[in-house]
Amino acid sequence: MAMRIEATNVTAYYGGFKAIENITLTVEPKTVTALIGPSGCGKSTFLRSINRMHEVLPGARVDGRLTIDGQDIYDRDVDVTAVRRMIGMVFQRPNPFPTMSIFENVVAGLRLNGVRKKSILEEAAERALRSANLWDEVKDRLDKPGAGLSGGQQQRLCIARTIAVEPQVVLMDEPCSALDPISTLAIEDLMFKLKDRYTIIIVTHNMQQAARVSDKTAFFSIERTGDPGRLIEYDDTQKIFSNPSEKKTEDYITGRFG
Amino acid sequence: MGDTPDRSANAGTGGPRVTLGHSRSAGAALSVDVPVTPLDRTPDGVGSQDSDLGPGGTGLGGGGALPRRRAFGAERIFHGFTMAAGMTVLGIIVAIAIFLVAKAVPALDANTANFFTYEGWSPNETEPKFGIGALAFGTVLTSLLALLMAVPVALGIALYLSHYAPRRVGTALGFLVDLLAAVPSVVFGLWGRDYFYGPVRDVSAWLNTYFGWLPIFGGDGPFGRSVLLGSLVLAIMVLPIITSLSREVFLQTPTANEEAALALGATKWEMIRMAVLPYGRPGIIGATMLGLGRALGETIALAMTLGIVSKISFNLIENGGNTVAANIANAFGEANDIGRGALIASGLVLFSITLIVNMTARAIIYRRREFTETAA
Repeated sequence: MAMRIEATNVTAYYGGFKAIENITLTVEPKTVTALIGPSGCGKSTFLRSINRMHEVLPGARVDGRLTIDGQDIYDRDVDVTAVRRMIGMVFQRPNPFPTMSIFENVVAGLRLNGVRKKSILEEAAERALRSANLWDEVKDRLDKPGAGLSGGQQQRLCIARTIAVEPQVVLMDEPCSALDPISTLAIEDLMFKLKDRYTIIIVTHNMQQAARVSDKTAFFSIERTGDPGRLIEYDDTQKIFSNPSEKKTEDYITGRFG
Repeated sequence: MGDTPDRSANAGTGGPRVTLGHSRSAGAALSVDVPVTPLDRTPDGVGSQDSDLGPGGTGLGGGGALPRRRAFGAERIFHGFTMAAGMTVLGIIVAIAIFLVAKAVPALDANTANFFTYEGWSPNETEPKFGIGALAFGTVLTSLLALLMAVPVALGIALYLSHYAPRRVGTALGFLVDLLAAVPSVVFGLWGRDYFYGPVRDVSAWLNTYFGWLPIFGGDGPFGRSVLLGSLVLAIMVLPIITSLSREVFLQTPTANEEAALALGATKWEMIRMAVLPYGRPGIIGATMLGLGRALGETIALAMTLGIVSKISFNLIENGGNTVAANIANAFGEANDIGRGALIASGLVLFSITLIVNMTARAIIYRRREFTETAA
């Protein structure tokens, strides 16, 4: 249930603006990779180009090569919805569907895949909610609106929704930035648990979080505003936070920059 | 002096002093010799640098005794103004209701037929006979038919404008739709009566030939000035309202929800079904109800396109059909006192129909509030 992601010279644009340039890195299966760096350095753009969500914005496009287990996800013949089913995504702000119940939120992806049978849906919903450490809190009110949960619960609901379709890779775009420390901890615990089954890539502004949860860390940065973001250093998290090879990385993680 | 005020020292000392009874503000003891800065202004124009007050310099944050609440000021005036505006609505509605009832009751008393069941409309005779049944039926039938035709098209246009069309095309097309809303109904009436009548008559004849076995397409003519023509014109008239309101609602769908659907692997249509339509549901209902409101009350276009026959019939293509509002427009000119009272009574019925429609719409929206109120 996990696959290797290889990015080669990935460059992404918003219209005429080049947001990231020549990003090359490999993410191993069943690891947590953290993308860190100052605001506007293109971490989220890179993350969104991994499941082809970048191109949703008008005028946005991606150059270069991105493969998952060797298959080019930007191949002309590839069905973009299949890519997104394989590579799930959790967003910065919890975004459950406001008109759906908790249950419907969790099974939304399964319904897209044409699963109709109630028993299968119920089973999958329970499994996903248990994996997301949310089952005990919501099992008695599955028919209540998902938007009625607290922020941390909503984010775990979104994680449940993402993993309910059993993707290969889970992308997380600053999943804890809108949450309080306790909810953050709950989600970090969850990441450790999910690591056994999924490849996880997480964008975070919180360096302690990156150090706590990730196996590998990629540091992105920009020279100055308007320049494209570049990958400065990509290594084991332990090395990045103890003995980085690049001066820029060291400056950033010690707080002298960004 | 002259150096910047120490913010931390000043932090708890409160704001401008308004009461002059204290020689020193309560917070002054805490503040350390703060120079007078432009911030040291009091709302009532009393400078805080009065010599006997000493160095009690304060910022806008407070200080001194709490100022007394103003007895009369802009707040109160505005409050009163808005309340008066709100009351005006109530007054107008009550006045209209009293007028309508007062005029309608004598006519209803003089009616020699049953107002609710009689199908004709001849209130100007010496023995007035008039009934609302056929008119109310015609009103509801034409309006519902118009909605049946307009809503799917309007939603299609709205979705195209909000989610499919390139920005430039969308803007231009949206402008055209809004332009359609600006066409006066009498122009639609003229167009329907003098031009659209032809094609509708031909289509009606065709429908009658091949689908005549269906009661709604039955009859032996003449065709054209029919419920079908009236509701087609009506559909075109309500189309822009429903379109532009639904487009606004669709555009307000949170990007986060759309992206959530896309990231789950939804196609564009699936995304619209998962995120856009459910989110826009109350808006769609509201837009439809507004369209229905306009259709129910539409007067002149229907007075010009319908056959004006007060009879309850489901036949859509034969000359005929009449509505409450069209009947008022057509019959008002030659009506006597009782006739006018009868028309006003019919207006009251139309008002009740509209009211019921609106309350139903609210009930539908309210029933789902748990899911829509939290939608942000």
